[in-house]
Amino acid sequence: MVDLTTDLGFLKLKNPVLTASGTFGYGLEFVPFLDLGRLGGIVVKGLYYGPKPGNPPPRLAETPAGMLNAIGLQGVGVAEFSEKILPRLRGLGTEVIVNVCGGDEDEYLAVVEYLDGQEGIAAYELNISCPNVRKNGQCPALRADTTESLVQAVKRRSRRPVVAKLSPNVTDIVEIALAAERGGADAVSLVNTFLGMAVDLDRRRPVLGNVFGGLSGPAIKPLALRMVYQVAQAVRVPVIGMGGIMTGRDALEFLLVGARAVQVGTANLTDPEAAARILREMTDYAERRGLARLTDITGQLET
Amino acid sequence: MLKDDSALLVKTEQKGAYVRFTLAAPGIAREARPGQFVMVKVSETGHPLLRRPLGIHARSETTISLFFNVAGLGTALLAQKREGDRLDLLGPLGRGFTVGRPGDGDEPVLLVGGGRGIAPLYFLAEELHRSGHKVRVLYGARTSQDLPFPELFQSACWETLFSTDDGSFGERGLVTDLMRAELERRRIARIGACGPDPMLQEVGRLALLNNIPAELSLEARMGCGFGACWGCVKKIRREGREEWLKICEEGPVFQAQDVVWD
Repeated sequence: MVDLTTDLGFLKLKNPVLTASGTFGYGLEFVPFLDLGRLGGIVVKGLYYGPKPGNPPPRLAETPAGMLNAIGLQGVGVAEFSEKILPRLRGLGTEVIVNVCGGDEDEYLAVVEYLDGQEGIAAYELNISCPNVRKNGQCPALRADTTESLVQAVKRRSRRPVVAKLSPNVTDIVEIALAAERGGADAVSLVNTFLGMAVDLDRRRPVLGNVFGGLSGPAIKPLALRMVYQVAQAVRVPVIGMGGIMTGRDALEFLLVGARAVQVGTANLTDPEAAARILREMTDYAERRGLARLTDITGQLET
Repeated sequence: MLKDDSALLVKTEQKGAYVRFTLAAPGIAREARPGQFVMVKVSETGHPLLRRPLGIHARSETTISLFFNVAGLGTALLAQKREGDRLDLLGPLGRGFTVGRPGDGDEPVLLVGGGRGIAPLYFLAEELHRSGHKVRVLYGARTSQDLPFPELFQSACWETLFSTDDGSFGERGLVTDLMRAELERRRIARIGACGPDPMLQEVGRLALLNNIPAELSLEARMGCGFGACWGCVKKIRREGREEWLKICEEGPVFQAQDVVWD
């Protein structure tokens, strides 16, 4: 029997497989397909304080081994989430991490303050890296100073642990990760999507209504692995790795370069059972290789 | 049934760029309702990445049929599947057309399909007929090449009128021209339609003008097909407000008067 648990310091997970925000709805959408209780945890879709209309369509474009999305964080606000969704998530036997959004610092704080009053949430993941809600993909995670100050402000207010979700659209990911750590983040998760675009040559128009979108899927895995590796070497807080994980082997590669947990993202869309399958594949690998504990390979990359 | 990863392809028919598949998928067949769709995995390699949404075209006790045209890499890969191959499907998904409705009386239900949009209307016509409704079908396409299986609709159970833009099969003109003439000729209980957006917009306009309830089945690129990604939205009126609603979950079939066209 392989020990699947992983310790994030602030939170002990029964296994290192989480789902990535924005690809897993509010969790309930997946109940017909998989037992959420098998997962280490779920990260639900980003929440603003109020409902958010999102971007005009088209919102999706398929690209080689990947996809671009420009959803624009459409969703229900904290009140509807807390009244209608969270009570149904509590009984599912998995840790619920809520992805927190804000148009400005005050809104991030208001979301956290509201959710602090609700039970059944294990931690917050601070969404400072969505590329689809401001002009030209702007977001707080593009700069060290805005990352640090926002994380710090939320940490001061929150009664729960805070994970900072980082953007890959930066010159030096390590600098931003260190800023999040200085701000008091309990962990960092990376990477969010890469800012990209798709073009309809014949119509001479952008494919996406928002012009730009975030690239995800297997296409980004090498880029994400490199960044997770760099960050894991530089920070002391746990690193949660993601970016194009489609198989158990993909997930184990993220552990190997230093992640203590992983998030499965786009794979949930193409195969709603993906997160459970990936955990099974990781476990099978660990058994074959005689690992006592799945996270024994965390950071064991030999260079 | 929500996932069948080994639906057996029992029959393939191809004419030009158009393909009909019949698949043994008993779980999906049992639950399917007209207007619902399945998400079909087209590649095991991650490219193309996304499943393809295809409307359920027909069903028997244990099989469903799909009808699609080769429009890109995904459908081209799908068209290469052979009898005996197995497909990975999610479904049945979405909210379909109204079938049984008291008060339709003797007036027929009019089905209007354009191009590959005819796919779900065959299933709908069969179910309407089975439940005792009179059915009339208007089936339009660009050319006779885009109207590959007319014999399916030349049924003893309902009358079908055809149109092509170039007159190569049926009447020359648009299917909405047929619809306009049809509405002048007889009283219609209600309308179900599927096809390209401009066609649906005109069907909706004519239906509202004539005060006939109409249901439109919309199409969009979908990420997941089951409501998780919010990628396939359309602007819909709901309780007096206009909102981006998910086609996969709230649709694909909407009331014509609720659809907001740009």
